[in-house]
Amino acid sequence: MDFSLSDEQRMLADTLDRLMADRVSPEQRRTMLEAPAGARSPLWQTFAELGLLHMPFTEEVGGLGGDGTDLMIIMQALGRGLVPEPYLAGLVLPGELLARLGDAEQRERWLTPLLEGEHQLALAWQENDARYDAHGISTTARRDGDGWRLDGHKQLVFNAASALAMLVTARLDDGRLGLFVVPADTTGLSRHDYRTIDDQLASDLTLDAIALTNDACLGLDAAQALDATQALGRAALCAEAVGAMEVACQQTLDYLKERRQFGTPLSAFQSLQHRMVDMHLHLEQARSMAILATTSLALADNERDYRIAAAKAYCGEAARFIAEQAIQLHGGMGMTEECYVSHYAKRLVMFDHYLGDVDHHLEYVSDHLLNVA
Amino acid sequence: MNLTYSAEEQAFRQEVHDFLATCLPDDIRERVRLGRRLSADDHVRWQNILSERGWLAANWPEDHGGPGWGPVQRHIFDEACAAAHAPTVVPFGVNMVAPVIMTFGSEAQQRYYLPRILANQDWWCQGYSEPGAGSDLASLKTRAVRDGDHYIVTGQKTWTTLGQHANMMFCLVRTDPDAKKQAGISFLLIDMASPGITVRPIITLDGAHEVNEVFLDEVRVPVANRIGEEGQGWTCAKFLLTHERTGIAGLGHAKQALSHLKSLATRVQHRGRPLLELASFRQRVVKAELELMALEVTNLRVIAAARDGSVPGAESSLLKVRGSELRQELSELTRRALGPAALPFFPDFLHGDAELDDPAQAESAAGAAQYFNRRKLSIYGGANEIQKSIVAKTILGM
Repeated sequence: MDFSLSDEQRMLADTLDRLMADRVSPEQRRTMLEAPAGARSPLWQTFAELGLLHMPFTEEVGGLGGDGTDLMIIMQALGRGLVPEPYLAGLVLPGELLARLGDAEQRERWLTPLLEGEHQLALAWQENDARYDAHGISTTARRDGDGWRLDGHKQLVFNAASALAMLVTARLDDGRLGLFVVPADTTGLSRHDYRTIDDQLASDLTLDAIALTNDACLGLDAAQALDATQALGRAALCAEAVGAMEVACQQTLDYLKERRQFGTPLSAFQSLQHRMVDMHLHLEQARSMAILATTSLALADNERDYRIAAAKAYCGEAARFIAEQAIQLHGGMGMTEECYVSHYAKRLVMFDHYLGDVDHHLEYVSDHLLNVA
Repeated sequence: MNLTYSAEEQAFRQEVHDFLATCLPDDIRERVRLGRRLSADDHVRWQNILSERGWLAANWPEDHGGPGWGPVQRHIFDEACAAAHAPTVVPFGVNMVAPVIMTFGSEAQQRYYLPRILANQDWWCQGYSEPGAGSDLASLKTRAVRDGDHYIVTGQKTWTTLGQHANMMFCLVRTDPDAKKQAGISFLLIDMASPGITVRPIITLDGAHEVNEVFLDEVRVPVANRIGEEGQGWTCAKFLLTHERTGIAGLGHAKQALSHLKSLATRVQHRGRPLLELASFRQRVVKAELELMALEVTNLRVIAAARDGSVPGAESSLLKVRGSELRQELSELTRRALGPAALPFFPDFLHGDAELDDPAQAESAAGAAQYFNRRKLSIYGGANEIQKSIVAKTILGM
């Protein structure tokens, strides 16, 4: 049982804290949002120089061999900084799938430059009718001569607009789940870009009789790798949310101490003190769940998915609670765009909509409970 | 970062498990399992077994006769005991007054009292709360007036848990009415057989005789029975409150209660199907399960911090608030799972030795009573609202 960080991990955390303080002020963040530059963004290049892009990948595929804790440290810092760079969507998720499924040639072509910061990728798994279910998709992949033909629609493909290629899930004729690399300039691929309410860059994709060569196929049975990758993504999201929760709590506490009404600081009112403590309780419990998720990544699939579902559901509730309280305790100011905590609040509430929400994950835990009882 | 026990810790857990399987008397295990009150003799019998094994004084240092456990072992031990339906050690002697005597008592006091506690020769109770001093403990009024080598103590204590069995009481008294609130308080050890002491039962809403009122009418207490200096009582009391509270979440009990609830909801039928299949009910069980998972990791974080040398402070307030809420929710779900069977009330069975003919009735007898009894968890040891104010002050600086 050990909750401490190694010296290297403490250094990593310190480096990230400094980086966030220097490079991600509210103004700098606005600039980044106005001109997303993909892999060319200066902050992304700094990530590359610091080794952050190599960190979450094993040494066999050219990474630094960081573990779940390293990823947790990074994601928590990105959450604290409310960083718009697509670390999870453009690097970790597609990179993990390439590392798991790609052969040497595919990794050389797509993964190595990804880790070097030369390009970014995206993962297209979500579809309109499937909600959060990565397996219930209707995009199809059919054999076409030596290659493949893909048809279908994908929604909420994060970072597609900055990606050199998308990893696309598709149903095969035999019912299995295939995974394909689709370069952004493929004929028949069209993209509709938009921002989400929490400032993420996303796209809907239409794949209209896309023709792919055989080397675009990463796997004909990608379900297990996709589950493992989503589990990793969920653990990472929990850590990111904890980082954002920390800041939302701190900013709210600072505001309560500084804002005066009825001749006294708001922090002197007991009803507000207790609300603030409730936020703190949620934060600490969510932190525990994020740790649980991180330390469950290496377990057997069932046990891993059960614990991570529990953590994601728990963090989803805690994040919403803290966001709502942060707005309420800031009063009218909390409703304004100008007040930075409102941006954290949006991210914290919408965090639940990524990779499965509270209901999605509670159902999983609930089914598990029935099966073991 | 990892959440797993070391090989030694796992071996220790097995050792505790084996001990409980062979040494815990069946009749005591069964009473605890069914939620029935233990007699004084039951408690002493079990604590003698623990004492013989050297495991009674779990948080004492070795040179005083403790097992030399760290926070992790103590946690493993508590959890195993709860899972095995072992009685909770009556804390007032071994866990409460003993650390105060070790820290603030004279050598003579240590030599006399500590071995007696270890041998279960004294039954201690706590004289803290008064009718006018609950959460605001420092406003206590029980007076101790010096008369030569004695104090003359007059006043009233209340919520004295298991005081009906006690022969000794550690007591906060006001020795200086002119000093400011906390400064005028001293810590006295009082023989319950002293003339002038009357103990009256308080029957709680579950029909139990767990707590008492203690009246002190000009009770003579030797000055030699004072722990620490005159006016140092509040320091002793505060020390006691912050001393080793990693067990405060009641996690072992919560785990045991959840596992019992799940098994109950699998057996109980709702329209011909197990109750657990009823979505609205299962949803609440799931929420409790999640809360327990989070609380367990939070508890381990606090234990690991204590192991690595930091003093558990306000984190124990967090654990107390969330732990008590969870245990209350579990008692609520258990009561509901019992359905109509929660209604019959057999106080002579729960609190005495009367037996029930119907074994099914015995299984469900304690459900509702325990639900009401568990309301105390968010009130005693500093009500949850007080805990929140402590966190606001000490962690958040509000």
